[in-house]
Amino acid sequence: MNAPLWPMRGGITPPPNKQQSNAAPIRFAGIPPELIFPLSQRHSAAIPVVATGQQVLKGELIARAGDEFGAPLHASSSGEIIAIETRAIAHETAHTSRCIVLRTDGNDSWRERYPIVDFAQVDATQLIERIRHAGVIGAGGAGFPAARKLIGDKNQPQSISTLIINGAECEPYITADDRLMRERAHEIVQGIRVLQQILQPQKTLFGIEDEQADALTAMRAATIGTDIHVVAVPTLYPTGGEGQLIQVLTGNEVPAAGNPADIGVLCFNVGTAAAIYRAVVLDEPMLSRIVTISGRACSHNGNFEVLIGTPLPALLAQAGYNAAINTTLIAGGAMMGLPLKTADIPITKTSHCFIAGTAEEFPQLPAAQACIRCGYCSEVCPAALLPQQLYAHARAGNDLQLHAHHLFDCIECGACDFICPSHIPLAQQFRDAKHELRVLAFEQLQAPIAKQRFIAHQARTARQQQERELSRQQRLRNTAGLEPEAVPQPDTSTPAAEDNKKAAIQAAIARAKAKKAGAPQRPADDQHKP
Amino acid sequence: MLITLACMIGLSVVLLLTIKNFRPLKTAPEQTIAHIENLLPQTQCGQCGYLGCRPYAEAIANGEKINRCPPGGNRTIAALAQFMHTNILPLDSDAPPPPRSIAFIREEECIGCTKCIQACPVDAIVGAAKLMHTVIAAECTGCDLCVEPCPVDCIDMLPLTFALPVIDTPIPVIATDHASQFA
Repeated sequence: MNAPLWPMRGGITPPPNKQQSNAAPIRFAGIPPELIFPLSQRHSAAIPVVATGQQVLKGELIARAGDEFGAPLHASSSGEIIAIETRAIAHETAHTSRCIVLRTDGNDSWRERYPIVDFAQVDATQLIERIRHAGVIGAGGAGFPAARKLIGDKNQPQSISTLIINGAECEPYITADDRLMRERAHEIVQGIRVLQQILQPQKTLFGIEDEQADALTAMRAATIGTDIHVVAVPTLYPTGGEGQLIQVLTGNEVPAAGNPADIGVLCFNVGTAAAIYRAVVLDEPMLSRIVTISGRACSHNGNFEVLIGTPLPALLAQAGYNAAINTTLIAGGAMMGLPLKTADIPITKTSHCFIAGTAEEFPQLPAAQACIRCGYCSEVCPAALLPQQLYAHARAGNDLQLHAHHLFDCIECGACDFICPSHIPLAQQFRDAKHELRVLAFEQLQAPIAKQRFIAHQARTARQQQERELSRQQRLRNTAGLEPEAVPQPDTSTPAAEDNKKAAIQAAIARAKAKKAGAPQRPADDQHKP
Repeated sequence: MLITLACMIGLSVVLLLTIKNFRPLKTAPEQTIAHIENLLPQTQCGQCGYLGCRPYAEAIANGEKINRCPPGGNRTIAALAQFMHTNILPLDSDAPPPPRSIAFIREEECIGCTKCIQACPVDAIVGAAKLMHTVIAAECTGCDLCVEPCPVDCIDMLPLTFALPVIDTPIPVIATDHASQFA
């Protein structure tokens, strides 16, 4: 029954810090007075389909996806849309986004739902559509739309041999998936069955870290009699990374610049599987998720079922948050999390953990020293990169070398930071370098277009200038009582001097005629000078 | 006699042709200018003191310094230095180049004055008089020229974060690559 395991490259064993939050059962965080839905998504912004003042029911669509990598948003409780405005969000580089703000009415009244009792009878394409319309995105953190993953680039259900379910929650502090597996194993299994129905894989492997004993027991019990193989994988950070888990479970490596589907594998997080069950079977869009609140600045750490859009302060308050002793607030885990400048942000579909740490829990890191070329970082790198080389090239801005050293294969796990004896913030450097190269690539794509548009703009402004000048002259002549035919027509094809000459002669003739007729004569060119 | 006549006719034809094709002498060939222009970021912001990337490229070809383009930053300077066979100079600016951003019009505050539309060098703003304007994000070069003319101050320069391309393969479109092609 036990599937063979393959070793992962590199990896570290940071203190797990899971016991602070994994003891208590999942609590419902309640309906806050206000729900905030950021419109910014992976590559585009969702497009609101509601207006300010509109009443919405729970589960009603409020914004549709901006592109194929976006997902629709739904009202996670009933109430009134009170604003569509700019609010703070948790994001690496953007600190604000346009958001739909919903004032809840407390009734939590649902829109009509159409459950599917037996999804085995439903066509795969229809199941995928249902998942898409429910706005289900990867709950593991990257937020890739589940429906897009299922159809791939070919717009039909992917053909894969192995379905992998990721229950390896390797980041310190986070226990959301752990509690989900322990308490809602049935939902996860139903979700996996939907995925199996769509993908028809030859085998389904469910990876859980061997230290998550309770989750393993619960999932093993729930999968008895199914063809889902629950596999205990070694507890090593970052086993829960998609590529790493695939390597451990199948021995195959996702190619650089490739997708798991290239090697016949698709990987879904347990939270995504549960959301797929709710979307397909219960017709519930992705309206809530499990969020871990941990850290010593909160007295009641634990996991909460939180409505998407709940403001973080409202959630922190339920965990006994003490702002006075909180020095470090992190969205995500201790390794890959994003330090927050403000707590005033909403929970999104990808928020899986918030750590409110104290000064003694997260002491200030010693200042970074020079790289001593010890090479520890390349030993722990799960992507088999050379962080010390990347670091040098990133600092020197050597783009070609960054590409040659496969910067974009870095999964930003932070194992190199953790091991670095010089305390160099390597992962942050790589994140910044990636962003810079992306911006540069964007500019390179845009530059020729901008050049063309600039040339067109200049031509247009020159043409408009000429037209204005001509119509001005025409007006002058009209007020002087002259014949409009005397005005030269705009013509750029023939040499301008010749035209001007003709025009001058015509104008002179016209002037002479006018003089003969006895009309008052003023030199036209001087008339409108300021 | 005939020979003299033929000579005279020939000479006058040559003379005529020369006069017809006469243009002011350029000190740098068009090809050089075009290469330099391609190394510039096409922001058309005018921060170099010239009215766009093309005029600055012409100036560089005729001896202007290569360090006057803040949006291009050190990468552009390096590429220009390599192409022009000159030394790399520090950027001629007091402040470090700001991060790449795009303009965003707070539409509810826009009064529809069209001033920003006139200022935009790449026609990336749409709108009409007394009607709301908006920025076509994909076309905005982040040149900043629309911010100052706005009478109600409703334009923000936001950092470029979304709509960035996904890089998964090494792509040979980096400025320094261009330089190595030409050097």
